[in-house]
Amino acid sequence: MELALSSEDAAFRDEVRAFIAENYPPEMRVPNPETDLTKEQSLLWHRILHKKGWIAPLWPKEYGGPGWSVTQRFVFEQETSRAGALPPLAFSVTMVGPVIYTFGNDAQKKKFLPRILSGEDWWCQGYSEPGSGSDLASVRTRAVRDGDHYIVSGHKTWTTLAQHADWIFCLVRTAPAAKPQAGISFLLIDMKSPGITVRPIITIDGSHEVNDVFLEDVRVPVENLIGEENKGWTYAKFLLGNERTSMAGIGRSTRYLDRLKKIVKAEIPADDPAHLEFRRDIARIELDVLALEATELRVVAQMARGIDPGPAASLFKIRGTEIFQSITELTHRAIGNYGLALREQPVSANRFMPGPDYGHTASEKYLNARKLSIYGGSNEIQRNIIAKAVLGL
Amino acid sequence: MDIQFTEEQELLRSSVQRLLRDQYDFDARRRIVACEEGWSRKQWSSFAELGLLAAPFSEEAGGLGGGPLSTMIVMHEFGRHLVVEPFVETIVLAGGLLESQGSPTQKSEFIPDIIAGKSIWALAWTEKASRFDPANVATTARREGDDYILVGEKAAVIAAPWADYLIVSARTSGNRNDREGVSLFIVDRRAANLHLRTFKTIDGRRASEIGLDGVRGRLLGGEGAGVAALEASRDRAIAALCAETVGAIGELNTATLEYSKTRKQFGMTLGSFQVLQHRMVDMFIAHQEALSLMQHLTLSLTANEPGLSRLASGAKSKVGYAARFVADQAVQLHGGMGMTDELNVGHYFKRISSINIQFGDPAYHVLRYAQLDAAA
Repeated sequence: MELALSSEDAAFRDEVRAFIAENYPPEMRVPNPETDLTKEQSLLWHRILHKKGWIAPLWPKEYGGPGWSVTQRFVFEQETSRAGALPPLAFSVTMVGPVIYTFGNDAQKKKFLPRILSGEDWWCQGYSEPGSGSDLASVRTRAVRDGDHYIVSGHKTWTTLAQHADWIFCLVRTAPAAKPQAGISFLLIDMKSPGITVRPIITIDGSHEVNDVFLEDVRVPVENLIGEENKGWTYAKFLLGNERTSMAGIGRSTRYLDRLKKIVKAEIPADDPAHLEFRRDIARIELDVLALEATELRVVAQMARGIDPGPAASLFKIRGTEIFQSITELTHRAIGNYGLALREQPVSANRFMPGPDYGHTASEKYLNARKLSIYGGSNEIQRNIIAKAVLGL
Repeated sequence: MDIQFTEEQELLRSSVQRLLRDQYDFDARRRIVACEEGWSRKQWSSFAELGLLAAPFSEEAGGLGGGPLSTMIVMHEFGRHLVVEPFVETIVLAGGLLESQGSPTQKSEFIPDIIAGKSIWALAWTEKASRFDPANVATTARREGDDYILVGEKAAVIAAPWADYLIVSARTSGNRNDREGVSLFIVDRRAANLHLRTFKTIDGRRASEIGLDGVRGRLLGGEGAGVAALEASRDRAIAALCAETVGAIGELNTATLEYSKTRKQFGMTLGSFQVLQHRMVDMFIAHQEALSLMQHLTLSLTANEPGLSRLASGAKSKVGYAARFVADQAVQLHGGMGMTDELNVGHYFKRISSINIQFGDPAYHVLRYAQLDAAA
């Protein structure tokens, strides 16, 4: 299915497609790009996009964005995801960048934005805490003013790729007596500051994506405060809005479905009743993808006409993640007994993995994908959002 | 991808909406369904006057050239009002077959009367043992002069007792289940040796078991080429039924949401319970997805895109499952009231149950969708 494109947009699509095909680094084509790449490897594509001027599709031109329309941005995302290119780190470009150029002061824009674009700074997100998951406004990490500094103490968790990060953007409590949402500030903290410790959290797939970040009396210059003190909740919500765009993941689901079909064809004889069962399950998921894709195209077409998509992002997050979880589950089942094997971390070609190559990441993907319905605002929270905003409940 | 209606289409939609709002509320429908015939000629005449019956036909055939998009608009509104009159049978199925398969004589003989609202048609393709396979045909036809003589039985033909003409599939060669050798025939419903045994359907319509004991029929389209014509016809009917379903889903969601905001238990509105909120969010999502697929299918049908028939099966399945989910939940959330004949919710439930059988249920079509996948 294709968005009805004008000839300019169709030419743009062809240009993007060709650019990705010619320039996407072969070193990044590893069995599982999300876990198998070093920091340097995962930055290769970022730097290529930066050189081309395409690193920050969302950003206004004056801050280094390409000045694309809604449709062009969608086409770019679609092509990236269809090609299986690992998108640049979202925490830097998609999340903190827009907060800085929307709410930051000139000095902050000048200091941070170019380094985000170039990939020089790697950002991580200091939102969740052990006692603050879905109820984010209950964060307890404290920032106490001491002259030109804040003294920050607390414990952030689920911090994705903090092990690589140069900076962390944090929600901190600056007015403990105020109502939860009213006492939060948005602070940028240098990860090299004394008092910061990063401890890996190993997830059920064996990978090291997330971390605990401990902050003990960390001194943060006041100039690193975004906007006004105690207004951080506004900025945090703005950022979460960006986080949830493009979570339908149509391109990724389509690629994984194609792979699943090949695996089923190779693994399960056509006269085995299980073959038909798999094909029916695949067909149902394929139709889920098709319906979501048609919905996404409908929303993009409306946005291009200036219509506010409302909480469509929540719908895409719910369905996109449910769909991808089903695909990884089916893929894991399709490889049969080899679903027992799990690659050891850190991965190495020298370690023995049984069974055909196409099954080697099935177990870890299945396990890792369980996170999708939890992170970025759990799917239950997304349903709350739709219930309130659309249904008026 | 988002369908933006032209001025003409917008006009069509608002005039159907006005007509149904004024003349086809739930009580009016109840009276129509309860009457002896089970449908309203008066309503049918107002549809004709408004141009609804002409809308999808090409201009050459005397229509308004609105194509599948106009059918989508009409059927969506019909779905919201549970209209029982045989638009799908007469306009979409018979009209479509006459336009695509009919000789110039047949077209000029029959289409003007259809557009004028003077004749009702039904399509008799199902048999006792055929289930959802249009190639599974035991009824036979043998040539006699310019006509054919049909012998056999057709099963559960919706709108047959209302019809002036039937389009009947019968085998002119080959064995039962052969794709080749099935032909289509125009049969006068009041012809000699044609017997109807009529019954009420779960959604308040009338249908018939049809006995053909040597009934005269006129060939429609190429001899032996009936299955392909029926399949194309099914694709068009599926698009129309999907639009009707989406209209019904929308009404069920609106009714359920409103009920949840007023009905109180334990001192709170039903809508304040999170488990029910989340259920209604899933109903909302089901509606959005069904609506998107409805548009996608209608656009593909308009452009006659490759893979259309597979897509039609996919949409029939996905929209059918979505509708069943919404209908189940709408009844459940209305509690005992959802079970009553008095409330419209149960009637949407029954219409959706009926649509989910016609031309193949969701399970049948998801398998067809899978089997037509070149990549698997």
